[in-house]
Amino acid sequence: MGGLPAGKVERTEHDYAEWERRVDALMVLLSRLRGGRRQMTVDELRKNIEAIPPEDYDRLGYYERWITSLTQTMIQRGVITTEELGRKMEEVAKRG
Amino acid sequence: MAENVVCPCFSVGVRVRVRKAYPLGHIRTPYYIRGASGVIERLCGAFGNPEELAQQRSGEPKQPLYRVRFRQQDVWPGYRGGDGDTLDVEIFQHWLE
Amino acid sequence: MKDSGSYQPYSYFQLMEVSLRELLVEKGVVTEAEVAAAVEDMRRRTPERGAGVVARAWLDRDFKAKLLENGTEACEQVGLDVPALKLVVVENTPGVHNVIVCTLCSCYPRMLLGIPPDWYKSHAYRSRVVREPRTVLAEFGLSLDEATTVRVHDSTADMRYLVLPMRPAGTEGWSEERLAALVTRDCMIGVAVPRLP
Repeated sequence: MGGLPAGKVERTEHDYAEWERRVDALMVLLSRLRGGRRQMTVDELRKNIEAIPPEDYDRLGYYERWITSLTQTMIQRGVITTEELGRKMEEVAKRG
Repeated sequence: MAENVVCPCFSVGVRVRVRKAYPLGHIRTPYYIRGASGVIERLCGAFGNPEELAQQRSGEPKQPLYRVRFRQQDVWPGYRGGDGDTLDVEIFQHWLE
Repeated sequence: MKDSGSYQPYSYFQLMEVSLRELLVEKGVVTEAEVAAAVEDMRRRTPERGAGVVARAWLDRDFKAKLLENGTEACEQVGLDVPALKLVVVENTPGVHNVIVCTLCSCYPRMLLGIPPDWYKSHAYRSRVVREPRTVLAEFGLSLDEATTVRVHDSTADMRYLVLPMRPAGTEGWSEERLAALVTRDCMIGVAVPRLP
């Protein structure tokens, strides 16, 4: 990305929502070495961020991108399956 | 050396060039610096290869990682700034020649 | 675990976060307590920690030398908890101004300073500061003359960076706390310099 044309730097800052902080926390926890093993590496997370199509990348917020990448990484690692995720998302959405 | 590490082959001050290759995969050598020539500023240590770690492989043998100092004038055509301005980038040994 | 007081449906991504977390807890990969503790841990990591390091370096020549030689060890020596941080400290001098970026994602010395600001992660900052640092710094209100060398550091791999700004004139005899209060997060990224109030 370095050197590409871009506009003025918008000096925005926002107070991170709890869900965003939890995404951040999950990334830290899951990439850390615990009991001699890691659930994933930051390199896998970065690779999955890079795999997000450009139009989605621009449209999504920072932590929306990272939860996408994190979830993909967990599926790739086999920690969760697509089926499990789908069923859980339906359950949570219904519960509200 | 017990660890699985590639030996460093560049000393501080040596001039190096970043390889001009564009393979697929996860790469931590930015596009903008490929093909540029700079000078070794320091050896940072040896670290797992991110290209391999990204693919769920071990990333070993660990690769020497350097900070390479480039003159901005050498990186960007028409750079508008001081002649002495620099850009320091961390580059893995296997991307340097 | 809903955040807002009034009912609002989850966004797709909030739904994903809740669902992923619940699955991970069910599978014993993490516990809710661990997630909560990690959130709190990150919340406690603020730029004040870095400001303390800078102020100490201004007052203690040996510490400053150690900081420039091995940033991580220097921080640990003063009791700062910086797990897995590989810190390189770059010093501003009358002839050199440093500025930090991660063009590839948003690498930042989080274990020392906390979560980076939105603008640091933005497309505009990451694209432009490597190529036209003086213009970007001017947009931040920092003008540098031609005689000052600008060094941009792109955090592309395992190292993380902290700018050690110059101690402002007129601070002779100040305590470490008073000096630290001058050092903002932006000074340690390199888009600002400490100024007397």
